[in-house]
Amino acid sequence: MLTKVNEPMERKLEGIRIADADFPAPFVSGLEYAAPARGTWNIVHTGMLIPEAHEIFVCAASCLRGVVLTAAEMHAEDRFSTVAVREHNLLDGDMEDLVIEGVSDIIEKLPKRPPAVLVYTSCVHHFAGCDLDMIYGELRSRFPDIDFTDCYMNPIMRKSGLTPDQLMRSRLYTLLKERERRADAVAIIGNDLPTRNESELMEILRFNGLTVHEITSCRTYEEYQKMAESSYYISYHAAAVAGGEILSERLGGTHIYVPFSFDYEEIEQGFQQLGTFMNIKIPNFSEKKRACEQELKETFELIGKTPIAIDYTYCPRPFGLAKMLLDAGFAVEKVYVDSISGEDKKAFDYLKEYFPKLMIYPTVHAGMRFMARKEPGSVLAVGQKAAYFENTNHFVNVVEGGGMLGYDAVCNTLKLMREAYLKEKDMRNLIQIKGMGCEGCV
Amino acid sequence: MRQTARIISTYSADTFGVCSALFELGGMVVMHDASGCNSTYTTHDEPRWYDMDSMIYISGLSEMEAIMGDDEKLIGDIVAAAEELHPNFIAVAGTPIPTMTGFDFSAVAELIEERTRIPAFGFASTGMNTYVYGASMAFAGIARRFVKKDMEKTTHLSANILGVTPLDFSVNGSEKAIEDFMKNAGFEVISRWAMGSTLGEMEKAGCASVNLVVSETGLGAAKVLKEQFGTPYVVGTPIGSAYQSVLRQALLDAAQTGKYEQKTSDLPESQIAVIGEGITSFSLAQAIELEYGKGVKVLCAAEYAGDYLRKKDCLTPDEEDIMEALDGIEVVIADPLYRPIFPEHIRFIALPSESFSGRIYRNEIPNLILRFEK
Repeated sequence: MLTKVNEPMERKLEGIRIADADFPAPFVSGLEYAAPARGTWNIVHTGMLIPEAHEIFVCAASCLRGVVLTAAEMHAEDRFSTVAVREHNLLDGDMEDLVIEGVSDIIEKLPKRPPAVLVYTSCVHHFAGCDLDMIYGELRSRFPDIDFTDCYMNPIMRKSGLTPDQLMRSRLYTLLKERERRADAVAIIGNDLPTRNESELMEILRFNGLTVHEITSCRTYEEYQKMAESSYYISYHAAAVAGGEILSERLGGTHIYVPFSFDYEEIEQGFQQLGTFMNIKIPNFSEKKRACEQELKETFELIGKTPIAIDYTYCPRPFGLAKMLLDAGFAVEKVYVDSISGEDKKAFDYLKEYFPKLMIYPTVHAGMRFMARKEPGSVLAVGQKAAYFENTNHFVNVVEGGGMLGYDAVCNTLKLMREAYLKEKDMRNLIQIKGMGCEGCV
Repeated sequence: MRQTARIISTYSADTFGVCSALFELGGMVVMHDASGCNSTYTTHDEPRWYDMDSMIYISGLSEMEAIMGDDEKLIGDIVAAAEELHPNFIAVAGTPIPTMTGFDFSAVAELIEERTRIPAFGFASTGMNTYVYGASMAFAGIARRFVKKDMEKTTHLSANILGVTPLDFSVNGSEKAIEDFMKNAGFEVISRWAMGSTLGEMEKAGCASVNLVVSETGLGAAKVLKEQFGTPYVVGTPIGSAYQSVLRQALLDAAQTGKYEQKTSDLPESQIAVIGEGITSFSLAQAIELEYGKGVKVLCAAEYAGDYLRKKDCLTPDEEDIMEALDGIEVVIADPLYRPIFPEHIRFIALPSESFSGRIYRNEIPNLILRFEK
């Protein structure tokens, strides 16, 4: 029924060789395109990790539209409400009243009083100079039985201070109330997806007999509150570091960052530092390292020189992954990224020097609208955006690192690549599900 | 008015209405926004996104650009992209922050046009109205700018179909069914605004003898075409054979006399309510009243710029407006995302619409033009 409206035209390549790419922004910023790969989480998904909490967004319709349907698609409509900001509110200067009265009205209408409410304000509140402290103060005094926290949907601030991603991950723990800390309790913080049991981090914590809290496994608000008994907060996504530091300062535990990496030395170093900070024993992982090598060998024997494309939605270190694979002889041809993180710079520099022909493509550049292959490609993709642009059903369908860490991330990535090589997936439908792992219904 | 929704959805916004209206016309549409609008529109409001190439972008507005009034960044980015992509036209659509900063859409469009020599529009959508407002504004802009002035009226019956977007009609063949209805009524269809027609076909819209406005999104263009070409318009979606007969007669009368008169059914004691966009809801109400003899009240949830609603019908932009309008209502026909607000004694009939629930129930959206069932 649907047909192409534009005549195909000769398009110039939007990609560049890594040898010619600048750090941290290899592409000139301009108009932005949104590829139909939706698996990464947004602020609605993340906020819903707090059990029993209710989200209230106070925004204009255009901003509400995406978040309200996110909630509906994850079947969480009953935990989500909205207050619409209209043009007259900007002119009347009654933005504070609108938030207070709107949120109060919703709370009064809820069939059951939630223990916590996340109130999301937006860019318009920021630009109107709203007195947010007064707003939250008034709400707390009206509803003393509810814990309120301030959340934000103000993407216009993405280049100033904390990014929206960092901010949301930090707000997630602001509701934790101080309680007596247990020396044998730790909390893993800042990840949307549960940490895999197979990861060495979990092995270390189990090995030392520690109680592990993670928001992804909390089923009640009280379980969530128990996270505050932790003496250590461990994060492994760079975007979670700011939240970890804020939490540590507020509740007094120690925040430790164990970076996600594909580099054995960095992996080992991360775990050793964890052991030192926490004064716990770190098992010998030399067997795990050998297992990684064996996985690399087996995977290469199967995949060989099949072209590979990687994108940034797969994990926080796309260049680190490209480096590991290229060093092992794989044919990584493309990496889809719009910017390069500081943590990935070392791998980026290495690839620039030793694999200068590796191509880098943006995902949001205007011309990328026309860059997705029209015919199915023969590329093995790692990540949803790479799969879309390469039009391949052979892809690894994981976002945000998929709860992997350490040697497990290496082994599991290779295992998933083999699976993707051998078996096709329904790429078109899978990549359009919002918030992968968050019970999407579409 | 607290403007709250405890549990229901939000209608697609005016910014997305602009995009939806212009999607198939080979233009470049830029939402002047920080982030988020693009993925919202292309995920939830645009079923054509995966299969049809269309140049819909966001500007990526930053805090400093907004505060400093740096419009040059936007203009430069658009000019650079236009040089690469050669769109038929360029449209800049507004969002909340440009609204707050007093962004001058028409001046910026003028500058873009001057530099690119490509027709440019500035649509002052605010992100705070529904898609109806934005799509109607966009279609009106196309009518003013692109419809050729020097075309003669056809000597035979001919029509444009105005206000067809997936937000009201999804991608289930409704637009084709409306066209078939017009052809069966004896009209040549000059253009469909804007599913399945090229900009070139729409340029010829002035030669039609009448326009059929099938949703409020087409009303802006209908008014422009009436003003510029004297073309009368008839409001209504051809749902159900009885109402189709009424519309057919109204179209013939309008084409022949230049005047629009539609016999409207207005049965008393409505126990049924239809919630949604004005014209499609009104048409469904008419179809039910005419075929089944039961009174139906329209609860119009989006902007209303027409004159077709009856005294018993209401404007209900918010959840609490709907609750206040339910007196005596036993059956509600509405998008499934409305269901949770109604008490158990009310019978709820789900009628999904992309404009409210986006893609969630896409496969269940009926083609009411072909299949109008009890």
